Amino acid sequence: MSVTLTPTEFSPYRELEDHQRRSSALTGNCGATASFVGTLRDFNEGDRVTGMFLEHYPGMTERCLESIRTTAHQRWKLLDSLIVHRVGEIALGEAIVLVAVWSSHRGDAFDACRYIIEELKQRAPFWKRESLESSGSRWVTHNTDGYAS
Amino acid sequence: MTIQIRYFAALRERMGRSGESLVADRLNTVEDVWRAVAQGSPLPERTLCAVNMEYVQSGATVKDGDEVAFFPPVTGG
Repeated sequence: MSVTLTPTEFSPYRELEDHQRRSSALTGNCGATASFVGTLRDFNEGDRVTGMFLEHYPGMTERCLESIRTTAHQRWKLLDSLIVHRVGEIALGEAIVLVAVWSSHRGDAFDACRYIIEELKQRAPFWKRESLESSGSRWVTHNTDGYAS
Repeated sequence: MTIQIRYFAALRERMGRSGESLVADRLNTVEDVWRAVAQGSPLPERTLCAVNMEYVQSGATVKDGDEVAFFPPVTGG
């Protein structure tokens, strides 16, 4: 499986290494690995964040991620790719998502990795509810553009 | 016709339930399904819709046995 949802903490770098070791698609032709790891930070929208709950739509979420992965493989020359995403309760500093892409060349690897995480953020049915230090919890209503404001 | 309906995240909380089964005649579109469960009020702005786990516009047609989902903008990653 190259798309995995997990309700428990995972080590993104161990997942990447394990996948690379097991993958039959990665032989001597692999020249580039690009990866993105998203972790839970302790602030958002000016407030201190103390934790997060991640809801998803079982079935549709996996289907959507698989579709994004398939499109990436059609648009770039990729050897393999991997998406791991947390669901449920997440603690500060834990990994939320891993995207890893293997290719013969860096251009394909970088571009496809960026495409997969941006499409995931726009389309994949996940919803974050963050716990705040000041008061209770709130649903995150939108993802940022990915740059510090 | 029977439609299985699912709600997620803030919309699930607002509806007070995670889903329901709707039995009704003359449901043509996803918007019709929403109005049937929301006492005629229009679909809230920015609400996303899916039929059988594929994104659709609110004007998409529905048929007997479909699973229709309503949810807010997604925030994964």
